[in-house]
Amino acid sequence: MELTREEESALKGEQGEIMEMAYRILVATGEATDADRLIPIEWAHLSGVNYNTIGDAGEEFLSTISKDARVKVKTTLNPMGFDIDNVSNYNVDDNFISKQLSIKNSYETIGVIPSFSCIPYEIFDIPKENTQVAFAESNAAIHANSYDNLKTNKESAFSALASAITGKSPYSSLRKEDSPNLSIRMKINNPTELTYGMLGFFAGKVGDTSVNISGLGEMDRRQCKAMCGGMGTSGTCAKFLFDEEKSGIEKIDFDEKEMKNVYDELNTTEKGDIVTLGSPQLGLDEISDLTIKLKGRSFKKRCMVFTPRMVKEQARKLGYTNELERAGCEILSDCCTCLTPLINKDNVDAVTTNSIKGAFYLKNSNGVDVNLKSLAQIIEDETQ
Amino acid sequence: MNKVLVQGNVEGIVLKSEDPINFLGTVDKKTGIISDKNHDLFEKSIANTILLFPSGVGSSVGAYTIYSIKSNNSAPLAMICKKADLTVATGCALANIPLVIVSEKKFSSIQNNDKIVLDTKSENIISTIF
Repeated sequence: MELTREEESALKGEQGEIMEMAYRILVATGEATDADRLIPIEWAHLSGVNYNTIGDAGEEFLSTISKDARVKVKTTLNPMGFDIDNVSNYNVDDNFISKQLSIKNSYETIGVIPSFSCIPYEIFDIPKENTQVAFAESNAAIHANSYDNLKTNKESAFSALASAITGKSPYSSLRKEDSPNLSIRMKINNPTELTYGMLGFFAGKVGDTSVNISGLGEMDRRQCKAMCGGMGTSGTCAKFLFDEEKSGIEKIDFDEKEMKNVYDELNTTEKGDIVTLGSPQLGLDEISDLTIKLKGRSFKKRCMVFTPRMVKEQARKLGYTNELERAGCEILSDCCTCLTPLINKDNVDAVTTNSIKGAFYLKNSNGVDVNLKSLAQIIEDETQ
Repeated sequence: MNKVLVQGNVEGIVLKSEDPINFLGTVDKKTGIISDKNHDLFEKSIANTILLFPSGVGSSVGAYTIYSIKSNNSAPLAMICKKADLTVATGCALANIPLVIVSEKKFSSIQNNDKIVLDTKSENIISTIF
């Protein structure tokens, strides 16, 4: 990869250790993605915020770099481990709380907007078409490339951080062109958001950097999110294209058989102790829809609803949060279904959710069993 | 064609997987043990091996897992992949774990439990010791 004289000097350490580290990461990223140079980006979205996922090594790393590192572009942030307003209600241990607060402080010191959300595309204005950004959250990167006409690598936690600090990212093939390695034909009738999540999970497994999908009808926002969440969980693929007649590439079907394979991999029980919604976090229209669906009904068991703080404030003004709480929902901000210490196998054996991403991480990381259902089915089975 | 993403020179025993690895959530940050029942390395530790696998997948935060296992002395000595992905590339770059991308043919030719030398500065980057 070609570097400018200034970039070379940063890589040699002549602009301090932070810049040297950031450029070392960008060069490894560039080599991995066959980039020939670095280009400016306008927005970075960072992952690596939850103490559960980054651990002591991550907490210490951020604490150390926050002494000198500062972001150069607009930078937003993924969810952390708890909702700061009500963490005292959840028996989270003191060590977790203090390490999580240290991580929060480090990011704020670096100059990051404390958005604590995995759906930046729903809570911030989208820049103009073809703007180069650096999104680390996997569902957000896929959403940005596939639906928002932005350009990003599916960044890692470190490459997005390096981009935030330098304002640059490698000009890799994904930023330049679309070359899906295969075309998936969607062959499921009456799909729900769960179907789209499973399609995304399937596509992530078979796709290379981008994949073409045909046979889709009109999709709503929830279905798009579900697809992006599923795809980000299973693979490295970073973009959906929606071309009905993509010729010259291999075509495979996503049919009942393939769907059942995904379902059987992720669904490990037929009944959950609690219900969780929001992985990726719920946006305002999903909160609105959930409120309507719950009219006159209430959950028979605990239901945790994860939504960004900005959405929760809007929902409160519109009266939705009152209605959801009446129906037995606990509404949590700043965190998400995945990898939260609020759900663990000491007090919960199994979780019912409509999220493919949530299902994968709840099972593999939190060690709880998962019962997958569409939202409509959850409302039918779990409320009265 | 070999491609070096992170430089280094190590000698060790190959642990080979045909499945991609999602470092976040399926690799224990302290021990390096794989917890995904559907993975062919289930319950095996990747610590101190030369880890040969197709590529990293899944969450971008997996880069922190790589940094953590290195800090906890449970990291592989080096990693060899068929496909470059940013989670593994940047995790290895920050943790200074040598990382090489190899062809399908080279990948197939290296077997589990092979003892190999990986030297990114050498002409023959990967050589098997018999």
